[in-house]
Amino acid sequence: MSELVIRGGRVVDPANGVDRVGDLLVRDGVVVGVDVATQSPNAQIVEAGGRIVCPGFVDVGSAFREPGFEEDETIATGTAAALAGGFTTVAVSPETSPVVDNGASAEFVLLQGERAGNCRVHPIGAVTKGIAGEELAELAQLADRGAVAFSDGKRPIANAEVFRRALEYADMCGRPVLHHPQVPELVAGGVMHEGVHSTLIGLRGMPAAAEDVMVGRDVALAELTGGRVHLTCVSTKNAVEQIRRAKAAGVRVTAGVAVHQLVLFDDSLQSFDVNCKVDPPLRTREHVEALVEGLADGTLDVLCSDHRPHASEKKDIELDLAPFGIVGLETAFALASQTLVTGGRVDWPTLVRLLSTNPAKLLGLPAGTLSPGAPADVTIVDPNAEWTIDASAFRSSSHNTPFDGWTVTGRVERVFVGGKSKDAATSNG
Amino acid sequence: MDGDSRASNWKHRHLLGLESLSAEDIVAVLDQAAEFKRLAEQGERKLTALAGQTVANLFFEPSTRTRTSFSLAAKRLSADTIEFSASGSSLSKGETYLDTARTIEALGPSMVVVRHSSPGAPHMLSRQLDVGVLNAGDGTHEHPTQALLDLFTIREHRGDLAGKTVALVGDIRHSRVARSNIWGLRKLGARVIVCGPATLVPRNITEMGVEISYSLDRVLGEVDCVNLLRVQFERQRGAFFPSIAEYAHLFGMNGDRQRRMKDDALILAPGPINRGVELTPEVADGSKSVILDQVTNGLVIRMACLYLLDRAAANAEANA
Repeated sequence: MSELVIRGGRVVDPANGVDRVGDLLVRDGVVVGVDVATQSPNAQIVEAGGRIVCPGFVDVGSAFREPGFEEDETIATGTAAALAGGFTTVAVSPETSPVVDNGASAEFVLLQGERAGNCRVHPIGAVTKGIAGEELAELAQLADRGAVAFSDGKRPIANAEVFRRALEYADMCGRPVLHHPQVPELVAGGVMHEGVHSTLIGLRGMPAAAEDVMVGRDVALAELTGGRVHLTCVSTKNAVEQIRRAKAAGVRVTAGVAVHQLVLFDDSLQSFDVNCKVDPPLRTREHVEALVEGLADGTLDVLCSDHRPHASEKKDIELDLAPFGIVGLETAFALASQTLVTGGRVDWPTLVRLLSTNPAKLLGLPAGTLSPGAPADVTIVDPNAEWTIDASAFRSSSHNTPFDGWTVTGRVERVFVGGKSKDAATSNG
Repeated sequence: MDGDSRASNWKHRHLLGLESLSAEDIVAVLDQAAEFKRLAEQGERKLTALAGQTVANLFFEPSTRTRTSFSLAAKRLSADTIEFSASGSSLSKGETYLDTARTIEALGPSMVVVRHSSPGAPHMLSRQLDVGVLNAGDGTHEHPTQALLDLFTIREHRGDLAGKTVALVGDIRHSRVARSNIWGLRKLGARVIVCGPATLVPRNITEMGVEISYSLDRVLGEVDCVNLLRVQFERQRGAFFPSIAEYAHLFGMNGDRQRRMKDDALILAPGPINRGVELTPEVADGSKSVILDQVTNGLVIRMACLYLLDRAAANAEANA
């Protein structure tokens, strides 16, 4: 019997309504409870005074690029980055080469995750073969071999009939469909949010309406089919309003927001920084305010890192030719806690719900909670620690971040996966 | 202001766009160009200001007029020139844009003139290279020297720009000439009307302090100047208007429209012109047209830009 006591921290476990200072007892990799006396004289003690002790974070949809694009990231480096960011579970995007649209590919992801031995890794299976948006992939076999959800990554499923069938069939498999809601024709060739700044800069815009229209379609089809849709990264005010109404009407829709979406705005592109080119694009303050409200009132369920690593040779090119996306796992927690909690917009239990409890629930995983009997996936953060983001110290293979050199508040200190300490503190500076 | 104080007041090592210039900066370029023009008319065509220096022309997008103009401007100032042209994007060449630029930089130019199809491409070089960068047109963003020569041409014919009304006609959405002109004209106090099909005029361009009109006929009588932008077929995705005939019907400058303009109104076109689309031959060769003046003035404007950037670099070095 091995015991671990995380002593004196503020235990925040929204799944059980817990938010109090106490000692968390873990035995043989499983949570025993808060303030339960240890039975072992040799219990490992971790002091957590002044710290927040919460269930490990769960990321939905990170791109780890393996197989096919190992120059950007591998499952080993991606999961190391996840641990550094306090994430104990990552559900990875199927946008690899080959695409994870079959059982063998899903098992490969599981296997590489086990070999890496960092955080837990679950594959997300493709909705359509080759993420081409035309024919359904073998969803049941994907689910049987480990896929926790289905998604075509950043490629919207434009064909409404295909999307309708996907919702019906995926629900039969007990899995949600994750969707990147955008009307492709309205964003074709687009680089940034369509607005005043795109006009000034002369970069092709991606109008908010492209997302609004697709969110409307997805909600209508979820209502029609009774299927479960999760909108991975919403970014517009109107999307938030539509989701709020749909939830009130009982439609099975959930939604996520990428953390960087809360921190940067479309005017960042005035610098022509390729690391401000993300999809969905950085929006205006009005949209971002609606996102924060949606996160605070429960309309939006999940904060994700939207981790999209790109090797420097792919990103250090002309802005309109460069790929979308930034690395996010190692900065997500600090940026989220600083913006939302320090900024006074949500409390700690809400932030933990967004980063851990809700994404675990979305994916049907036994994570996101410190319930007795749950695997002891635990993250300890120092809510007041200031640190400076240093991209060169990232554990990720890629360093494409607009946040290099930013000083932020809130730092991941320790991470436990199944009760085992996974030292995270060495990477971020 | 004499030439020396003009050059010492100019602080910019790079010329990336007119957005970042003040009215004084713009006037300094126009005055410097006027001086070069006067000297040329007195027979002093070849100056020695950039003797011993090298100017690299990096053209990643096809160009005849601007490249020739920059090249001759550098030669008139006694600089050596490096000419680099690559059509299409740098990626199709196998080498990245930045690597190509660094290769050219290693040849030792003090300034590079860049044309590229991507907005911000010159800005990227200004951060990554240790040379002065002149934007010779970056995608649909800015084309500062074209706007400066347009301003110069209007000022030459009509005096101070403050209070003048200028219509920019055509494909505003995809036009770097329009953006640079708007910045320059507004900073110098002109009233600007942008006029074109609704699909090619972004509604929020009013944030730049301009008015929008979808009817050329309605604004003709009140303008001091029309600048007929080229229809950028190569930058458009899909059809923004039903046909060229319909475009010419609504926005083409023809003899009839020309006659409804003020007597002393000017017609500019940055070119290359599509006769029969943006304007008819009657207009292009007519009395209001200053199209060939623009070309001539482009040379002295580019000389002025090269000269002022070089002085700024020399002053910065002297103060360092």
